[in-house]
Amino acid sequence: MRTLRDARVGETVKVEKVAGEGAIKRRIMDMGITKNVEIYIRKIAPLGDPVEVTVRGYELSVRKSDAEMVILKEGE
Amino acid sequence: MGIRIALAGNPNCGKTTLFNALTGSNQFVGNWPGVTVEYKEGKYKGEKEVTIVDLPGIYSLSPYTLEEVVSRNYLIDERPDAIINVIDGTNLERNLYLTTQIMEVGIPVVVAINMMDVVEKNGDKINTGKLSEEIGVPVVEISALKNKGLSDIVNKAIDAAKEAKPQAPKHRFNGSVEHAFAHIEELCLHDIADENLQRWYSIKLFERDEKVQEKLGLSQEVISHIEKDIQSCEQELDDDAESIITGERYNYIGTIIGDCVKKAAVGLSSSDKIDRVLTNRWLALPIFALVMWLVYYISVTTVGTWATDWANDGVFGDGWHLFAIGSADYNDAAEEFAANQIIVDGYDVYVEENGTEPTGDFEYPVEDEETLEVTYETASLEDYEAAKAYVESNEEPDPANYGVWVPGVPVLVGNLLESLNVNEIVSGLILDGIVAGVGAVLGFVPQIFVLFIFLAFLESCGYMARVAFIMDRIFRRFGLSGKSFIPMLIGTGCGIPGIMASRTIESDRDRKMTIMTTTFIPCGAKLPFIAMVAGAIFGGASWVAPSAYFLGIFAIIVSGVMLKKTKLFAGDPAPFVMELPAYHWPTLGNVLRSMWERGWSFIKKAGTIILLSTIVVWFTTFFGFTADGFRMLAEDEIDMSILASIGKAFAWIFIPLGFGHWEATVASITGLVAKENIVGTLGIIYSASGDVYGAMNAAFTAASGFAFLAFNLLCAPCFAAMGAIKREMNSAKWFWTAIGYQCGFAWVIGLISYQVGKVFTGEGFTVGTIFGIAAICILIYGIFRKDKYKAN
Repeated sequence: MRTLRDARVGETVKVEKVAGEGAIKRRIMDMGITKNVEIYIRKIAPLGDPVEVTVRGYELSVRKSDAEMVILKEGE
Repeated sequence: MGIRIALAGNPNCGKTTLFNALTGSNQFVGNWPGVTVEYKEGKYKGEKEVTIVDLPGIYSLSPYTLEEVVSRNYLIDERPDAIINVIDGTNLERNLYLTTQIMEVGIPVVVAINMMDVVEKNGDKINTGKLSEEIGVPVVEISALKNKGLSDIVNKAIDAAKEAKPQAPKHRFNGSVEHAFAHIEELCLHDIADENLQRWYSIKLFERDEKVQEKLGLSQEVISHIEKDIQSCEQELDDDAESIITGERYNYIGTIIGDCVKKAAVGLSSSDKIDRVLTNRWLALPIFALVMWLVYYISVTTVGTWATDWANDGVFGDGWHLFAIGSADYNDAAEEFAANQIIVDGYDVYVEENGTEPTGDFEYPVEDEETLEVTYETASLEDYEAAKAYVESNEEPDPANYGVWVPGVPVLVGNLLESLNVNEIVSGLILDGIVAGVGAVLGFVPQIFVLFIFLAFLESCGYMARVAFIMDRIFRRFGLSGKSFIPMLIGTGCGIPGIMASRTIESDRDRKMTIMTTTFIPCGAKLPFIAMVAGAIFGGASWVAPSAYFLGIFAIIVSGVMLKKTKLFAGDPAPFVMELPAYHWPTLGNVLRSMWERGWSFIKKAGTIILLSTIVVWFTTFFGFTADGFRMLAEDEIDMSILASIGKAFAWIFIPLGFGHWEATVASITGLVAKENIVGTLGIIYSASGDVYGAMNAAFTAASGFAFLAFNLLCAPCFAAMGAIKREMNSAKWFWTAIGYQCGFAWVIGLISYQVGKVFTGEGFTVGTIFGIAAICILIYGIFRKDKYKAN
């Protein structure tokens, strides 16, 4: 099972679903990371975490530990 | 009855700019009751009947962040007459997500698409007529920055408010979801007072929103009944309720966007280009360091300190030269005169002590003004003759001869009181109590202003979000935000702007944690005290000053790790899923306004506590029971003061820390007025012997001296900083928690320093040492214990 954490810089991925529950999951979804959305991985912060991605036309920063909750579609 | 219009929108959508443009200077800025979230309302320009309330910037109406809950409660409980939903035209997709939720609260909505100038510049096209048709509410193009479309949007909102007919949301969810809503409505919402709220409540109940369940006071039976509806829907759509709702909202928005927006070909925007450099893997840290250095250099080292010195030593001191013209010349002249005078005085002292005149070189004492350290220098007889001639032929320089001299407030007030022949108690109260207290409040305002120009700039241009992005990895380990870096950096200069800088942190927990720990870092006012302890007790050892900084950093880290596992900060950390807004150039007006608001709120909210406590300390210092009854005391009679009695009564608290004598206790108390006062107070108390440093050396051992230092560095900061803490916490409970924690923590570190320090300074292992070691063990336990509040 591949998650957003595993995605490489420069890659564009598609979301299968957001796992988990509670505040963090809701926040991730509120910010527009929902089923079938495309995410472009822009860069990793200079100290190695968090990750900057482009989603729905804007820039979003997500910690790697939270990125694990975002499950990606395979083979796309 | 007037009309209330709420402004709602995402962070960075230009809502504040719009609010400022609509209300001008007619604003009230405060906090939402009991929370650290800022509240703003104002009257619409020219129309006293129309009140505009600026809700916090939010992405959603979920129940998870403080800002969202505050906004939600306002919309649901206070029922404003209309909502202006501000949308960033350059990012319709995510902004409309909030719109779909705002439409459901049953209040008339008008949509303002902001930043249209940028949209046009990018070559994008938004068909607002079509958008209005699709979502079913009026849509107006505006540019808050360029003052376009503002009266149009407000008029539409006023019309909507007068009509008082909320538009029914056009968006319908999937059939089985709507079916579940209908069930929920039938089950428990058919009799609620405001039927406009029915849809809102049924959606929230479907999302299993606990705050709404609680608010409606649903029985367990009803909740489990609803649960069945939700579960069957979840099974059918193979997803959980929250995901279904958010997913459908975004899908719906996707179809609208497809119809109404034409994007120009995508190229690298200028914001992207800037970002490529600013958060580049290799350049990010050097640029970050440079920016921080600039902020620090200007707001602490140079301009900010000049401003604060001017306010403290000029306006609330002896006086100042207009435009600083003549100051440099005067200082040179005064210094030269003082340097000669000191040699002449030294000669006289020699004569007095030895009974004869020196026959050759002689030594004379030089006292450092800030730390009271006395050093000896040698002068020859020729030096003396030259100095004597200089002093005799020159008069002591008068600042008034070097430029336009503006006397300080205390001087003016003092002269006035003298001319009125006011009795000395009243004049003492006015001068040393009230004027000094007001000075303590206003003295820091210039520096706060300087710093907040920077912070407002960094925040509104978009770099502040990148600061969090860059520093997050380090700070989150201690329960802090990447943005906590700035308060702590500024805190090395002065804790007050440092505490106030925590305002830029979004998460409530991170903000509180930052407020509680920022003043652990030694501020500028603590430096003379550190130097005094180093000189008097440690023979000028060079490791003392750095150790004070290490102690501060250590205290922040340990406190952060310990506190985040306590009930106070229980619960999952706020998610760090943060928008990195596009860079843009802020307007001068907004930057200045932000600066003014924050500086003014410090004066208003922190002023009273600072003033009152300064007066109390003045009174207890200068009054006391003496042989001839209760009376006002001279400065050097401090040992008879009420403060000394308080010191004697409470000195036992510090016995385990090795400095359980009233002198140290009193100095710690006067340190609360301003930390540099510790030096002055110790100077007065120990001056009887003529050798302050020697007397201090006798009163403290190395271990107790370090404990004294550690306690005073870490305990409650000065009253002005406490006022800032009170202002920022906006809650008596949190204010006292912070002060209590700081004092408690300082005491424990003092205990460890003394009891364990004794072993290493050859005082041996005692019963106390066991307590010291026990305290270390408790700290270690606090750091490494399991976080029982953390979910998995």
